[in-house]
Amino acid sequence: MDLRFSDDDERFRAEVRAWLEARLDGDFRDLRGLGGPGREHEAIEPRMAWERELGAAGWIGLGWPAPSGRGASLWRQVIFHEEYAQARAPGRFGHIGEYLLGPTIAALGTPEQKGLFLPPIARGEQMWCQGYSEPGAGSDLAGVTTRADLASGAWEIHGQKIWTSHAHLADWCFVLARTDPTERRHAGLSYLLVPMRQRGVTARPIKNLTGTAEFCEVFFDGARTAAENIVGAPGEGWKVAMATLAFERGASTLGQQIGFAGELAAIIAAVRERSADRDPEICRRVADAWIGLRVMRSYALRVLAHGEQGELPLAGLGAKLYWSTWHRRLGELAMDVLGPEAEIIAGAPYGLTPLQETFLFSRADTIYAGSSEIQKNIIARRALGLPRSS
Amino acid sequence: MRFAFSEEQEEIRRQVRRAIADGGGVLAARRAMLEDAATDLELWRRLTRDLGLAGLAIPEAHGGAGLGWVEIVAVIEELGASLACVPFLSSACLATAAILEAGTPAQHDALLPPMARGEATATLAWLEAGGDASPAAIETAARVAQGDHVILSGTKRHVVDGHTADLLLVTARTPDGAVALYAVPAAAAGVERRRLPTMDATRAQAEIVLSDVHVPASSRLGGGGWPPIGRALAKARIALAAEQVGGAQACLDLGVGYAKVREQFGRPIGSFQAIQHTLADMFVLVETARSSAYHAAWDGEHEPDLEITAAATAAYCAAAFYRCAADTIQVHGGIGFTWEHDAHLYFKRARAGRTLLGSMTDHRDTVARSLGLGPLGTQESR
Ligand SMILES: Cc1cc2nc3c(=O)[nH]c(=O)nc-3n(C[C@H](O)[C@H](O)[C@H](O)COP(=O)(O)OP(=O)(O)OC[C@H]3O[C@@H](n4cnc5c(N)ncnc54)[C@H](O)[C@@H]3O)c2cc1C
Repeated sequence: MDLRFSDDDERFRAEVRAWLEARLDGDFRDLRGLGGPGREHEAIEPRMAWERELGAAGWIGLGWPAPSGRGASLWRQVIFHEEYAQARAPGRFGHIGEYLLGPTIAALGTPEQKGLFLPPIARGEQMWCQGYSEPGAGSDLAGVTTRADLASGAWEIHGQKIWTSHAHLADWCFVLARTDPTERRHAGLSYLLVPMRQRGVTARPIKNLTGTAEFCEVFFDGARTAAENIVGAPGEGWKVAMATLAFERGASTLGQQIGFAGELAAIIAAVRERSADRDPEICRRVADAWIGLRVMRSYALRVLAHGEQGELPLAGLGAKLYWSTWHRRLGELAMDVLGPEAEIIAGAPYGLTPLQETFLFSRADTIYAGSSEIQKNIIARRALGLPRSS
Repeated sequence: MRFAFSEEQEEIRRQVRRAIADGGGVLAARRAMLEDAATDLELWRRLTRDLGLAGLAIPEAHGGAGLGWVEIVAVIEELGASLACVPFLSSACLATAAILEAGTPAQHDALLPPMARGEATATLAWLEAGGDASPAAIETAARVAQGDHVILSGTKRHVVDGHTADLLLVTARTPDGAVALYAVPAAAAGVERRRLPTMDATRAQAEIVLSDVHVPASSRLGGGGWPPIGRALAKARIALAAEQVGGAQACLDLGVGYAKVREQFGRPIGSFQAIQHTLADMFVLVETARSSAYHAAWDGEHEPDLEITAAATAAYCAAAFYRCAADTIQVHGGIGFTWEHDAHLYFKRARAGRTLLGSMTDHRDTVARSLGLGPLGTQESR
């Protein structure tokens, strides 16, 4: 056991920190703390400029293999995320391209695709969205019905996606579509790369329960993309789509936890301000939240350390379930600390305080990226080897 | 960054596992808990004489292995998995830490070597009637007597393995109101002890009545005061947390194993989603608790805030073990409610752990205080 970063890694940390401080005290000083879950509507244009600033400095694609990326170790990626969160740098628009599509192309794309897509993502100039879910296919993703047919050198796409984050801002979408109508379920799917800014694509933001919109419904009405804009062979879409999800190695989890710590600190400040600590029950719930966050960090460190060399350990399968459940409870604690004041929003029509945002948005944490129930099914099958239900 | 045990540490763990398996595992615990000593003497002999584990955390200069809490955690996790009835927690963890934290070098020299050799065991006698874990609750008195002696009188309760330990480390209040720790041979005149019957029969507690026990003034460990005792308790809490991780894992294993073979409605109960989700929740508890206990073992030796680290992991692991033990009974149905099945042994061990070295409420209050939240009563720090 040695839970310290190496001196080299600490030097890297200092480099990241200095860069972030300089920018966020300088031209981008108004962006600290903006964006992120539940607040994606904030400062869109300046945050797009920030993406390009990150890209120009070489911070995007840190973990991608060279030459498209910098091939940084998992720990360096962790450090970057920690510093990013510590500096309260703005919520990213580029994360879907950088962390989902980029690694997929780097691993499974053709040389032409690598040349075409990785550089603009790394420059922070090309935004992506993820077109998996459909009205009829959520947890059961193999039920997608969006169709794509190859005709005169291009795929023509018909169908509807939903809950597509940032679709209204994205330049491209990776779409899971059915390309072989004779096959069912997981077979006959393909992973297509589709430009969003074209006539056959309509993205309509959907207002979520925080009153803001970050996801959309997306209609494909004869949208087109070139025949070569497919990752893997036709019919291999399921495999590629799952690979995309598996690239999430948890490098961002420690950074995410710094954000959580900030929320917890705000709750503790509210407890003091309102003298809510007269109630020992509140004190103990705050203690539980603090303990839970500390446990989260221990868990993440252990899983990252084991996953550094290759496959993520089975022990880590509980990470999503754990943090999302913790975060939801944190939001509830925040409301109970505030008492009746919890009801009063920041302003009409529906401006929320940060703690209200935490409370409301955390309801999504246990739904997206594999709901809690799906997480438990996965743990039961893969980690515990229990037989398939029914 | 390395969050894993070294090959040497894994080897110690394997040796412990082998020793436990050779002795019959939980069956040996079942036998031991019926004996008055509540100790699996054969296993203790192997752990101490053959493997030298009683002195794991004792410096080499005093006959120990000179290792630390990371090794302690590896060993005690295995002991917890099989409910081993040995005084490892009380003597090799709690009392050893107390002597190391509170004692002078001369006292280390005098007290630790026989413990390292496994010839003597010790325990900490700190709680009294009411079980209040705060030092303010200590009423046992240390009076000054003629000839450089001290007279101890009072009653200690919930003393882990207190009826078998050779040496009792007794907290007492000195005439100036401070707390001090005294090393009292269990055989000293005026010491009367009896085993308290406990719901968890795998770990014995004793009541110890001190009726004007004369000890030399030099048996006071170091200069006195609560802080070293607090640190020793913190270290023991980390060990107990790791023991609970072992217990929780055993409960999960029992539950998963049974869910795969027990059939109802024509299929294994492990195919029912309600059972799967219960077991999945247990899995998350086990893995998070394990991460926390390992991390605490390392942090405890490298970071400040030992007591907060310990309180956090103690509260979390105690709750995790309890939940896993309770749920394994549920997953087993009727058989899980029998005396014959092991589930209740884990359940009772888990229950006991919630209040063994301070209650879960105490631990959470410690954390809350560290966050500047109160008033929850102040810990005396003299
Ligand atoms: C904020 C947010 C952002 C999102 N962003 C994107 C995005 O960018 N791209 C994208 O493609 N999708 C996105 N999604 C969609 C998300 O992946 C789906 O919502 C999720 O997969 C669940 O699907 P569903 O909404 O259809 O719910 P359903 O699958 O219908 O689930 C409804 C309920 O049934 C439960 N359930 C379903 N199946 C089972 C089962 N087998 N066992 C037990 N319980 C089950 C679920 O857990 C849930 O509680 C986003 C969602 C949210 C909330």
